Amino acid sequence: MLMSLRHKMPEQTPDERRKNFKEVTLGYTADIAKAEADRCLQCKTAPCRQGCPVEVNIPAFIKHLREDRPDQAVAEIKQKNNLPAVCGRVCPQEHQCEKLCVLAKKGQPVAIGRLERFAADYGLSCDCEPREVGAEPLGKVAIIGAGPAGLTAAGDLACLGYDVTVFEALHEPGGVLMYGIPEFRLPKSIVRKEIDGLKQLGVTIEVNAIAGKTFTIDELFEEEGFEAVFIGTGAGLPHFMDIPGENLNGVYSANEFLTRVNLMKAYQFPQSGTPVHIGKNVAVVGAGNVAMDSARTALRLGAENVYIVYRRSEAEIPARAEELEHAKEEGVQFHLLTAPVRIMGSEKGWVSGLECIRMELGEPDKSGRRRPIPVEGSEYTLDVDAVVMAIGQGPNPLVQHTTPGLEVNKNGNIIANEAGFTSKEGVFAGGDIVTGAATVILAMGAGKKAAVAIHQFLQEKHAVKE
Amino acid sequence: MYVIEKTEELSQGVKSFIVKAPRIAKKCQPGQFIILRTDEDGERIPLTIADFNRETGTITLIFQEVGCSTRQLGRLQAGQAILDVAGPLGNASHIDKFGTVVCIGGGIGVAPVYPIARAYREAGNKVVSIIGARNESLLILEKEMAAVSDILHVTTDDGSKGHKGMVIDPLKSMIAAGEKIDLVIAIGPVVMMRGVAEVTRPYGIKTIVSLNPIMVDGTGMCGGCRVSVGNTNKFACVDGPEFDAHQVDFTGLMARQRMYLEHEKEERKCGGECSCH
Ligand SMILES: Cc1cc2nc3c(=O)[nH]c(=O)nc-3n(C[C@H](O)[C@H](O)[C@H](O)COP(=O)(O)OP(=O)(O)OC[C@H]3O[C@@H](n4cnc5c(N)ncnc54)[C@H](O)[C@@H]3O)c2cc1C
Ligand SMILES: Cc1cc2nc3c(=O)[nH]c(=O)nc-3n(C[C@H](O)[C@H](O)[C@H](O)COP(=O)(O)OP(=O)(O)OC[C@H]3O[C@@H](n4cnc5c(N)ncnc54)[C@H](O)[C@@H]3O)c2cc1C
Ligand code: SF4
Ligand code: FES
Repeated sequence: MLMSLRHKMPEQTPDERRKNFKEVTLGYTADIAKAEADRCLQCKTAPCRQGCPVEVNIPAFIKHLREDRPDQAVAEIKQKNNLPAVCGRVCPQEHQCEKLCVLAKKGQPVAIGRLERFAADYGLSCDCEPREVGAEPLGKVAIIGAGPAGLTAAGDLACLGYDVTVFEALHEPGGVLMYGIPEFRLPKSIVRKEIDGLKQLGVTIEVNAIAGKTFTIDELFEEEGFEAVFIGTGAGLPHFMDIPGENLNGVYSANEFLTRVNLMKAYQFPQSGTPVHIGKNVAVVGAGNVAMDSARTALRLGAENVYIVYRRSEAEIPARAEELEHAKEEGVQFHLLTAPVRIMGSEKGWVSGLECIRMELGEPDKSGRRRPIPVEGSEYTLDVDAVVMAIGQGPNPLVQHTTPGLEVNKNGNIIANEAGFTSKEGVFAGGDIVTGAATVILAMGAGKKAAVAIHQFLQEKHAVKE
Repeated sequence: MYVIEKTEELSQGVKSFIVKAPRIAKKCQPGQFIILRTDEDGERIPLTIADFNRETGTITLIFQEVGCSTRQLGRLQAGQAILDVAGPLGNASHIDKFGTVVCIGGGIGVAPVYPIARAYREAGNKVVSIIGARNESLLILEKEMAAVSDILHVTTDDGSKGHKGMVIDPLKSMIAAGEKIDLVIAIGPVVMMRGVAEVTRPYGIKTIVSLNPIMVDGTGMCGGCRVSVGNTNKFACVDGPEFDAHQVDFTGLMARQRMYLEHEKEERKCGGECSCH
């Protein structure tokens, strides 16, 4: 039993899926889920839980599945996690819960993520009761940014009895879940359903509302009667490399490329209004989740050759293991230990090639990873007509620039403690805007902690008043 | 939803909409813009806020029907609504008392120049405005500009109205006549803005242009609006849209603006599929 292998995830074949935007993985059937749940040892110490940033009671929910109670399984998960259908799909489980599963030592860990997804898809609904009609809310809280951090904080605060409004800059809530992660990995209908669940709790979502532009944080307090504000504006500012040719036509930041395709539905152009340039041969610079998503999106849009250009080796690739695997199966080509030097252009200002240089790994740097060093004279040219830069993102600056008293670090990230308190009274922050680009579940964990802190803060404030 | 209170055709293919958007009307300043989407499948279209009324909570948008998306917008009637209007975006114009300010608007560029000219006038500057178009029927906001300018020059390419020639001609005459100019602000087609920059450069006259690269979000998230200014990359939506004309790489800007030209042709060809035909 112990050595039994985890159950395979049913998925579209690589040949089939590289031509469509439908979800790659199809999800466990009830039978497979039950069989996989049976592998769990129900350890008393449950080491898996320690790997979960929001401390889902993993053995408990698996037990429900094993005993054919998916509704109770999802209720169990939702005590800690408002967006399990999302997390079951995009969490890097291999570095979190599954890494600590006792079965990982001797064989293969329980497929906790896949089971979470199974349970969540079964019960895409809310678990906490909305505030009773007419019941007085405990106070008014504003959430800035409708990404996983903001949405989680909103859900928890609504459950506690607050009147919550989420302000989102774009025309659709969801943050990266909506504009960044592609349909084939996270169907937008799932994100929308989870957001509908929040609306049922009484959360108001106002789109096209840009904090720092449409209103300031101070105005929310002074003019609109909010008593606390949570900032979850994410890491949306794209980085470029400052190499020659980056402004040529056909060079995109991953954000622009993915936003055009996901949020603006460029893959349906011209039925949708927004075009995107795909190119025949595409280079994607970087090897995180963002890079894998860009590369696989380019393939699906019809690019013939898609290259990942990454300056370290496969061992250092930061993307989720499953995404890397999928990208390889679909035919993404890897130029590892390779760095771009310059983008070449045509007379008309379009990308015509990417000059690269080979790298070797030297001593470990500050990040503990071995530092890539260029190999002199090893330059070569990749024949490409589009380049997507997926080398990281910085903090969204609009709020920080217009909120006096809100301290930021030298990178522009908002400074907040574990609980989410910032330097400004009544203002809380969490997610990528505090940590820098990280993961969905960490952003959600921050949103949850902040909800608790906001509740405490407001209760104390009200107690003093009374 | 953002209700359109009034529509008006200013000239062939140029329309003016008064749109209810109280949050934006309360906040906006001359020089800023909004991004709108007409419907679920629509593009995000950036348009300058040509005017605003804080009492009625409305903003005025003036736009030219150039492609599918702006034509679709143009078909909306008073009483109908625009799905999304986000803003105000970009930085406000730096309004101060400089002395003599020359405000130049070319074609549709007159619309964004108008609130800026008005603000300079209100700040106590002498405002000399130059507005131009290909011909008389394409000229917009002449009365409005006259009302906020000490002097107004009108030019048309074909001479059907005012001076026959380009907007830079009256500017050149002013310089030749030795008139003291403290600031020039020019908004219009990129070639025109580049032309103005070249006229003032030798004299070191401070010149501001408002750039309109292709945008997606307008909040600094996509990087698509990047322009090279003084050899460093700036995002027009958050660092601009106004920049020092003598520092801007206009050639690069023009190339990037043409990025989707081929796609737009495809869009126009698409007949029944494209909802604007
Ligand atoms: C392409 C891509 C793939 C990824 N894949 C994975 C993955 O597989 N697994 C994983 O765990 N993580 C993944 N990540 C990372 C993960 O998505 C982020 O860490 C997470 O979304 C951060 O959540 P957040 O709520 O802090 O911010 P975001 O999701 O960035 O949301 C911030 C929201 O705030 C809005 N906003 C910004 N400024 C303002 C303002 N001034 N006013 C109002 N609203 C504002 C934004 O429009 C956005 O909707 C991926 C990221 C990207 C880009
Ligand atoms: C900050 C800013 C302010 C603007 N203010 C005004 C205004 O007040 N009035 C007005 O008429 N126009 C204004 N524009 C230009 C306007 O946004 C474009 O004309 C419009 O988006 C074109 O849409 P379309 O689909 O109808 O035309 P398309 O056929 O798609 O394009 C026509 C032309 O416009 C360019 N273009 C396409 N999309 C954009 C875009 N998102 N941004 C800029 N250029 C684009 C194309 O490269 C092409 O040359 C502004 C643009 C910016 C960036
Ligand atoms: S560590 Fe693994 S086997 Fe033990 S309870 Fe958690 S999931 Fe089950
Ligand atoms: S429009 Fe996206 S960064 Fe400026």
